[in-house]
Amino acid sequence: MTVMQAPAYRRAEYHGFEAGGGHFIYLVSAGAIFEIDADVRTVLTRLDGQELTHAALVRELASDGRDTAEAEALVRELRVARLIQLGAAAPVMPQAPPADFPLQALVLNVTNQCNLACTYCYEFGADKIATPAGKPKYMTLDTARASVDLLIAEAVGRKAVHITFFGGETLMNFKLLRDVVDYANAATAAAGKAITYSLTTNATLLTPEIVTFLSDNRIGVTVSMDGPPEMQDKHRVYKNGKGSYAVIEPRLRTLIAHHKTRAITARVTLTEGVTDVVRIFRHLKDDLGFHEVGFAPVTTGEERAYSLDDNGMDSVLAQFSLLADEWLEYALRGESHGFTNVSETISELISGVNKSHPCGAGLGLMGVSPSGDLSPCHRFTDADTHTMGHVSSGIDRAKQGEFLKKGHVEAKYDCQSCWARPLCAGGCHHEAFVRYGDTGHANLHYCDWIRQWTDTCLRIYGVLAVQNPGFLERFAERKGLS
Amino acid sequence: MKHLRAINKKARAIGEAVAQVEAASAGTPTDMDEDVVALQQQPRPHVPMGCTLSFSPGWEVDAGGGTAGLCQPVERDIYDCYVTCFWPVQVPDHVNYSPDWASNCATATKDWRSLDLVFP
Repeated sequence: MTVMQAPAYRRAEYHGFEAGGGHFIYLVSAGAIFEIDADVRTVLTRLDGQELTHAALVRELASDGRDTAEAEALVRELRVARLIQLGAAAPVMPQAPPADFPLQALVLNVTNQCNLACTYCYEFGADKIATPAGKPKYMTLDTARASVDLLIAEAVGRKAVHITFFGGETLMNFKLLRDVVDYANAATAAAGKAITYSLTTNATLLTPEIVTFLSDNRIGVTVSMDGPPEMQDKHRVYKNGKGSYAVIEPRLRTLIAHHKTRAITARVTLTEGVTDVVRIFRHLKDDLGFHEVGFAPVTTGEERAYSLDDNGMDSVLAQFSLLADEWLEYALRGESHGFTNVSETISELISGVNKSHPCGAGLGLMGVSPSGDLSPCHRFTDADTHTMGHVSSGIDRAKQGEFLKKGHVEAKYDCQSCWARPLCAGGCHHEAFVRYGDTGHANLHYCDWIRQWTDTCLRIYGVLAVQNPGFLERFAERKGLS
Repeated sequence: MKHLRAINKKARAIGEAVAQVEAASAGTPTDMDEDVVALQQQPRPHVPMGCTLSFSPGWEVDAGGGTAGLCQPVERDIYDCYVTCFWPVQVPDHVNYSPDWASNCATATKDWRSLDLVFP
């Protein structure tokens, strides 16, 4: 038989924080951020650790001297906004995205060859999952054209598409890159779509001609590098062990001086011994002149010599906080700072993202190997265990559906009680596979780190919302254009 | 919203929803004013005799917590009658005569107000 119980209010899932003299909550079910007043804090405190029926809650609020009608209105506002809820929240179930979700971007691995031999490389290092033996090393123009055609055909309803050129070392196949841009410009124009490009490189092969081409075609450039000479040369070495800093420095200066159409970004991999975040940032931003600098800990099993241990991560987070404070100082003055890790999180907080999947891999974005095999993203390129169709035959919807179902945040048990899941959604599929052997596993090794970082960025957001909200509005517009 | 200040896009969307509910409640009754209220609230809700208070299975108890008021299926839980055909005679005929009467009601627990009225 059905047992009827008086339903009681309980607090919805949220993360509270203080910033700039104000009180805020980050509402987990929505990704919404509210500044709250003392009345709301009173309600949330009353419901801390206990449930109250509507009548009991109103009675308690009235006992503080409030008018009953005011108390009713307060409860109503919080209930409609879902900060408090009557009874338990409905259980969450993984929902598959629409089977015909349109593609937005392709990452073309124009070559899987590289002229460097970075010791931590996820593509060729000890943790590689790629199986490139017997497969083409360079993408042909036919394969690249078929990729562009697939992108246009599968981008149903999208006004703009994006191609990222990737490697190996991307510029080892620059000739193809130039031809693909010509082809894709014409093909997308004929299809009535806009197209943008980006490229990742180690910068060893940049020439003035290539820089001019990249600038003329508004191709965003990300340079993988690790900092000043002694850090860059620790892992980012040629096959004979020689460091690459001396080769790339003059090339980088040319790139930054002459590529004026898009921001030039450095992407730093943090490893054991390369954790001096502030010094790396200063060198890349101030000495070399990169517009943006982003950092990511190396993806690897924890037994590798270059992996970061807990102490390393603590040091990284402490330095991230220093740079985050600096980012805020700049923002309060209305200036751009260039620490990408904050910029990216702030832009996600502005829109209030609430992710079903950690990124677009296998959803709106796919990787293409030199042979034309499709994979969830560039990190799975040439891994036979993760092919998802071929550019000539199309997307394998069954495999795509299986991958996305696994990677859905609601399928990750460990994430269900975490307030940071709207932004994290369990973390990188590839890292999960390397660490746990399963793309659907939550990346438990960086949960604390993610929560601390999200909290740091929320506080920055709160201070700006109080002291310089105009900056957030301008920032949102700028991100919308990029 | 009086007590909450929305400071990102998602929060502003929630604010708009709150404003709509508040605007609606200014004139006509809303779900929180009238027909969906906590039973312990005063004034107590009006519950017709014979209506069970849950959607499914919906057949065990009546409003009084007993079983005396059962066996008036349509009044008790019309959607369950329709979907599971417990009492096919008393609900609109979705095979021949009123195939679309529930077409606007995708999730009975949420949008049962969208059910069409069908008169014999």
